[in-house]
Amino acid sequence: MTTPLRLPRPVRQLWRRLVSMRTALVLLFLLALASVPGSLLPQRPLNPPKVQQYLATHGAWGRFLDRIGAFDVFGSIWFSAVYLLLFASLIGCLIPRIAVYARALRARPLKAPRHLDRLAENATLSTGLDADEAAARITRSLRPRWRTAVRTEESGAVAVSAEKGYSREAGNLLFHVSLLAALVLIAAGRSLSYEGSIVTTEGSGFCNRPISYDSFSAGRLAGSGTLADFCIDRLDKFTASYREDGTPAQFKADITYSEDLAAEPRRGVITVNHPLRLKGDRVYLLNHGFSPTVTITRPGRTPVTDTQAFLPQDEVLTSEGAFKLPGRDATEDDDLGLSAVFAPTPVISGGVVSSLAPQATNPVLAVLAYTGELNPGGKPQSVYSLDQKQIAAGKLKQVGAKNLAVGQSLTLPDGTVIRFDGYRQWANLQVSHDPAQTGLLIASILMVAGLLGSLAVRRRRLWVRIAAPDASARRVVSAGGLARNDGGNFSTEFQAIVTELAAVLDAGPPPATVAPSSAAAEKIGAGKD
Amino acid sequence: MALDGLASLSESLWTAATGTYMLAVVAYTGEYAFGKNGRIAQTSAVQSGSVSSGAVSSGAVRRPALVGGSDSASDSASDSASEPASEPASGLSPAPDQPRYGAGSVESGGPAGRRWGRAAVGLTVLAAAFHLACVTLRGIAVDRVPWGNMYEFTLVVGLMATVAWLATLVKMPQLRYLGLFVMMPVLLVMFLAGTLYTKASKLVPALQSYWLAIHVSAVAVAEGILLTSAAITAMYLVRSRFERHAAAGTAPARLAALGSRLPAAGTLDKAAYRTVAFAFPIYTAGVIFGAIWAEAAWGRYWGWDPKETWAFIAWVVYAMYLHARATAGWKGNRAAYINLLGFGAMTFNFFVVNIVISGLHSYAGLT
Repeated sequence: MTTPLRLPRPVRQLWRRLVSMRTALVLLFLLALASVPGSLLPQRPLNPPKVQQYLATHGAWGRFLDRIGAFDVFGSIWFSAVYLLLFASLIGCLIPRIAVYARALRARPLKAPRHLDRLAENATLSTGLDADEAAARITRSLRPRWRTAVRTEESGAVAVSAEKGYSREAGNLLFHVSLLAALVLIAAGRSLSYEGSIVTTEGSGFCNRPISYDSFSAGRLAGSGTLADFCIDRLDKFTASYREDGTPAQFKADITYSEDLAAEPRRGVITVNHPLRLKGDRVYLLNHGFSPTVTITRPGRTPVTDTQAFLPQDEVLTSEGAFKLPGRDATEDDDLGLSAVFAPTPVISGGVVSSLAPQATNPVLAVLAYTGELNPGGKPQSVYSLDQKQIAAGKLKQVGAKNLAVGQSLTLPDGTVIRFDGYRQWANLQVSHDPAQTGLLIASILMVAGLLGSLAVRRRRLWVRIAAPDASARRVVSAGGLARNDGGNFSTEFQAIVTELAAVLDAGPPPATVAPSSAAAEKIGAGKD
Repeated sequence: MALDGLASLSESLWTAATGTYMLAVVAYTGEYAFGKNGRIAQTSAVQSGSVSSGAVSSGAVRRPALVGGSDSASDSASDSASEPASEPASGLSPAPDQPRYGAGSVESGGPAGRRWGRAAVGLTVLAAAFHLACVTLRGIAVDRVPWGNMYEFTLVVGLMATVAWLATLVKMPQLRYLGLFVMMPVLLVMFLAGTLYTKASKLVPALQSYWLAIHVSAVAVAEGILLTSAAITAMYLVRSRFERHAAAGTAPARLAALGSRLPAAGTLDKAAYRTVAFAFPIYTAGVIFGAIWAEAAWGRYWGWDPKETWAFIAWVVYAMYLHARATAGWKGNRAAYINLLGFGAMTFNFFVVNIVISGLHSYAGLT
């Protein structure tokens, strides 16, 4: 083959080294090694608060780790470098192999070696058949599993060459090509995917728009214009069921949704292992909690009823949250803020309310009421808590505190009445979109299929030579076999093949002049006696 | 109520299985000591000074008992020494890949060794029956597949290893004398399960999926086979060191001396490779099943959760092993160490990641 591309010598040498198996082994080792810190150190994409905590407690060491990307190992340059080199090496190795394989598929099985009795597996028989007839019968019995070629040799002998196990290399190539395809699909999926997460209280819903979500992340090529037009019109009901021992049995969200703007609303159910699957999007149920409702009546003003999702602090859903009621005028410091703890099954010890169980049984809302200035800068702040700086600075003053059962109320010194009306539940729903997923699944299936072919198929070569007739008009038939990979017991296979050949050739024992050279030949000889 | 009864019956069966495994280990030790391939047979071979003439040509070995370059040679040495009249030279194959255990040599040990060996296999079958009943009743008691936490998973992996061993015995009964080395790890696994014990309970919603049956069983089967492969590889390393000493004519050191009674290094190497080649596609499929389940349960097919990361690491290391065996300069010992490294990564994934590192796979049930 000519090389159309003449690269400088060092480049070619470098390339040859890259595609060598040794380099691939080293790169595989580096890939495994590079993954280790990804599991031992906190990772930003998985758990940003833990990374902050680690940085806070580890000083310079933490900053050093941060600089080298140890908190986002799988997005770091060095991790990418290892797998990109590995895939370059793989491509460089695969392309010539595919070419070789394509040629091998077209080529005829190799010529028979001169001395078949020198092969590890060999046998000798004799037949009264004509050489061409014998060759035809052998070919027929070996097909279709073996690929065969019949050649007439100079000595006048006819040799059948046979080879099987081509699908081993095909499986190997299929595995590696599918692996490459999988990587491309993962990369494509990353840049085309998006994910939005939202906390929805019973009775409310949302549409699939970036702005609807509490948090939204999208790949580089997933513009907001490409989002599907569906709406979760309403979370009708969230149900958490528990067993007698308090362990959760099921979480279930009943929803009403519309597949697109023109579609009729439909009912659906989402449970933990069963997302709602829409055309290109999946809606998952990730978390749940309680949303207490209060009615605040300030003297001389319209009563305000507000429901807020509270964040669970523990497994039994002791939850914290806040209600924020801006004052009449931004300049006046008469905002009202409630910092509250919701306990579904309350236990009060030392004035502190906490929960005993995640089910709501006579729940209590422990309220701390503040007046003053909630948010002086007007900047976005957490909806789950009041600004602690404002409280510390004395700009928010506590004006009342009480543990409220449903229906009870707290009256503040200025006559404001805060009533705990009841509660609803919320569900954290996540919308995910990855158009490459189905392709990736197919690539994965092909990978396993390729592996099976690559590891289970046995490559074998077989030659049978039918010699020119001797004085008694019988022909010596010698056979030899070669196992081209480990696996299976080729001796047994070869004996079975020889037994079958003996049958199709009406073979007799080997002529006396030829010493039996293997157990197989002896066995056949004995059988015919 | 009835289910609680089943759960406690299952616990009693764990005790019965573990006790029976212990007895089996004792019996295997007996066979190892008194059997044909056992220590006593070997020693008596030395004492009667009958080193077969077929022993390796580098005959200048100071300790004849350790001649091991050719298995059939050292085998016939011990044969002729320990039972010269009662045993015809058993059908030992001359091929280097067919070491001491030629077909038909199963019962060739002395009567004591034979009795120990038969008792050991009987006890193993009984223990496996207790073990199977223990796992099955646990499954019935909790009304689900019995591998929902580490205790249950460990029990299943142990059962897999025993079943794999019994299946091997059906095919190659002549390997029985190595039972000690398979049953000791199983016994350890049983004790380990005991320390990981978790009360029978139903599954949290995240685990309520048919993928639990598919994903976890695929991984358990693969891990059981890879455990066997690691054990074979350890034997290979001992044996290959022994063979190097034998070839050089030097006396092997303590550990390598154990190699005299093991199958040929080539056989062990091939067996280790075949077990990995069998387990690797199953393990790959197990990881893919996990990704499919993760897509349904957590909203993404892969998220570099610690468990996923270590599954990936172990997969890459076993891929290295398969490549290393086909690369000049990496075959043999280096490949063997890579195999052990892969098993190390898998073990780390099971114990350390489950117990120490928190992640989405924190189902150990240990708090």
